Amino acid sequence: MTLFIQQLFEGLALGGVYCLAAIGLTLVFGVLRIPNLAHGALYMLGAYVTYFFLVSVGVPYVAAIGMAAVVLAVIGIALERLVFHPLRNAPHTHHMIAAVGAMFFFQSVAQAIWGADFRRMDSPITGSVTILGTQVSWQRIVIVVTAVLVLGLLTWFIKRSVHGRTIEAIEQDRTGSSLVGISPSKVSMLTFGLAAALVTIAAGLVAPINLLSPTMGDALSLKVFAIIILGGLGSLPGAIVGGFALAITEVMTSTYVSAVAGEVVAFVVIVLVLAIRPTGLFARAVQR
Amino acid sequence: MTLLEARGLGKHFGGLHAVQDVDLDVHPGHVTAIIGPNGAGKSTLFNLLAGFYRPTSGTVRMDGRDITGMSPHRIVAHGIARTFQTTSLFGDATVLDNVLSGRIVRSRSTVVDAVLHTPRHRREERTNLDKAMEVLEFTGLTEYRNDLAARVPQEAQKRVSIALALATEPQLLLLDEPAAGLTEEETEGFARLIRRIVDRGVTVCLVEHRMSMVMSLADHILVLDHGREIASGTPDAVRTDPQVIEAYLGTHHDDGPDHNADSNSADHNSADHNSADKNTTGRDVAGRGAEKGGNTC
Amino acid sequence: MTTRLSPKLLGTLLVALALLVAPLTLGGEEYVLRVLTVGATYAIAVYGMNLILGLTGQLSLAHGGFFGIGVYVVGLLTTDYGWTFWPSLLVAVAATAVGGYVAGIVALRTREEYFAIFTMAMGFIIFLVISRWESVTHAHSGVSGVKFPEGFGVLDFSEPVVMYYLVLLFLLGAGYVTYAVRRSGIGRTLVAIRTSEDLARSIGVNVGLNKQLAFAASTTLAGLGGGLFAAVQGFVGPSAASIDLTFEMLMFILVGGLGTVMGPVVGTFVVLFLFEYFQDFEAYRFIVLGPIIVALVIFAPRGIVGYLNAFADARRSRSPGGRADATGPPTGELDPPPTTTPAGSTTETREAL
Repeated sequence: MTLFIQQLFEGLALGGVYCLAAIGLTLVFGVLRIPNLAHGALYMLGAYVTYFFLVSVGVPYVAAIGMAAVVLAVIGIALERLVFHPLRNAPHTHHMIAAVGAMFFFQSVAQAIWGADFRRMDSPITGSVTILGTQVSWQRIVIVVTAVLVLGLLTWFIKRSVHGRTIEAIEQDRTGSSLVGISPSKVSMLTFGLAAALVTIAAGLVAPINLLSPTMGDALSLKVFAIIILGGLGSLPGAIVGGFALAITEVMTSTYVSAVAGEVVAFVVIVLVLAIRPTGLFARAVQR
Repeated sequence: MTLLEARGLGKHFGGLHAVQDVDLDVHPGHVTAIIGPNGAGKSTLFNLLAGFYRPTSGTVRMDGRDITGMSPHRIVAHGIARTFQTTSLFGDATVLDNVLSGRIVRSRSTVVDAVLHTPRHRREERTNLDKAMEVLEFTGLTEYRNDLAARVPQEAQKRVSIALALATEPQLLLLDEPAAGLTEEETEGFARLIRRIVDRGVTVCLVEHRMSMVMSLADHILVLDHGREIASGTPDAVRTDPQVIEAYLGTHHDDGPDHNADSNSADHNSADHNSADKNTTGRDVAGRGAEKGGNTC
Repeated sequence: MTTRLSPKLLGTLLVALALLVAPLTLGGEEYVLRVLTVGATYAIAVYGMNLILGLTGQLSLAHGGFFGIGVYVVGLLTTDYGWTFWPSLLVAVAATAVGGYVAGIVALRTREEYFAIFTMAMGFIIFLVISRWESVTHAHSGVSGVKFPEGFGVLDFSEPVVMYYLVLLFLLGAGYVTYAVRRSGIGRTLVAIRTSEDLARSIGVNVGLNKQLAFAASTTLAGLGGGLFAAVQGFVGPSAASIDLTFEMLMFILVGGLGTVMGPVVGTFVVLFLFEYFQDFEAYRFIVLGPIIVALVIFAPRGIVGYLNAFADARRSRSPGGRADATGPPTGELDPPPTTTPAGSTTETREAL
């Protein structure tokens, strides 16, 4: 039983990370209608930049994550301007190819700067606490709390603030929105920047638990796509529900079945969803 | 004998009934028009007939065969072809290649035939080319055949869309607002083309807002409003149907069926002229001037 | 009615000639010959990518994975299980054909974006299986001692030159099939799907089935290339199934020209040549690969052959009697769209051109 509860918290923490990582991706899809295949690479860069600020520069943990988020937001905007904006009238396959190129670029740069070997990033948050009879590390609790906080802030931002609502407007009707003065360009940039920042926060939170490597984004990419397909492309609640669902399933599978099986869960989810209900759980009206 | 028969056809999305309980009979050799104010469900009906939407109720029969819920490509094989509201053709291919694409559904040779360049393949390519050229000539597009479809004048592009559909050798052609965005003269040309299509043996069913075109072309009109059928009959019957007039007046359109009769007394003559003279199209002289106003859909 | 050789045919013949004559001009430099032969196996796989991406417009990120399946089937069967080459190659081709067909069932139901994601997942899983399943695939230790094809009579395939011509023969086959497909109704079907799936449906194309078959054909070519690669290299490792390889092939086809007949050959050899030439910068190779892919897609999506074709077509239509008169058969050339025009088939505004 203790194992179960421990794994449940594990799943919750992982779910928090997955949500943060997935939301950005689903927002970008809702606004641009393309899957950003470079998303996993942004996650990887987010982890490394956090590492840089924390270890090489010596900034406190939370500040390091915050600064890294800003840096990545800028990179995200640059990616939008330099790669996706010029291709706005091109076939979708061109967008995806370009995203793949960007992903490759980010991975190679990370490898050139930090090498291909694994790195550890130690978090200052140590120790654990006993909840319901099991040991739960503070790091994981911090992850869950932070995730919930960020999600709350994000929901407020998107539903209440003017800028946030432009995102929803563009998602629903690009042409109509531009007719009332909302600039699709600005919204694209905002969305990309936001997505990159969110995924960096996720990376910064989870990096102390896992190791850093230039290819750490690949596995995550697969999972995040599984999440947004499960939740429905473009749906915010879908990303949240999907994130937690996948995380808990993965954790339970790798605990009670095998580690490899845990890694394959995401793939199985993709296949099942596409076979049974391609539009996902929370299908948006934007689907034709 | 009916060519296409729809009974109780309906489509709802969530709570919204886009089309509800519609009956439609299309007779071979006739031009059937579907009209109605914006949002009446005309395009939805077309999408249902062409297989792009699956009906949530009702049946569709083509030539006696049940085609309800069939996927679009099978419906084309069964002899129904369609065009779209926005001009759709393969922009980056030549006009000839576009029309050749229309021959795909009637071609039997396989990849193996293509690779081995079998006699069947060669024969079929030749047949397809001949038929494509014939359709191009029929639609007056021969001079454009080697031009990139996207570069050709807009009116010609619309003809390419029709040629593409005709190349599939349909029994029934569904035209979705063929005259949208065209000038008066071009619209007349299209009306003549549609007449020639019918003379060729292809039954036509169209959705159209240009009343002059509808009134002069149609043998039978179906009027939709809010997804339901509110009238069905000859142009004269429909034109004077109080429910139809109400539907149009209520939505403040000046392209209603009775618009011509309202605004110009000379129209009465043209109305008679038209009903007596189904084979000449678009010659709605007095009406034309009157309706020059707002006829975009 | 001139008997002038069309520029395209001339170009094709030149490339073919260059490939045929290449070994003879090398003066026995085995290393270069090996690179050429490996290049030819890649090119075969790239013909597969050209089919699914260039002609049908679907991005498959599992391509490297299927190449890897071909590599490993031949590699494992000829070593661990003692099979001879030809039956092993047959199994490799069959496996990738069936695998592609089955995976293609998902392709039937999905839109473009989902397809890319799904194939990305598939490629990842294939790599995972190959690199982790020690007991069967030897994981990272790789497989060595892959056999050469058995010869017939005079032909001894352990001779690099003979092996080169064998691969070239398969390459020629792949090229010819592409040519035949492109100028036939099948080609038009695939291009219709690429341009607009809805429009394709409205003219009677069974989009789902065709996508599935095109995908199966592409994976088969990848498997064929992979199987031959195993024999050429003699030793294989998991890198043969990695996503890196998919990216490289993506670059080959972009440089060469998506959807063209000569694109895969030209692109593969040009890029490999550049890689070899700038070998000193090996470390930076991957850093540069990314931006180059992006730049190609934005500025030169038609590739070398694509632009050459367009140039040749433009010249032909400008010459007298080249347009309105029917002096020759219809072109049937179906080049992919440039980036700047809307990709879809709907044109709502009047074209000023």
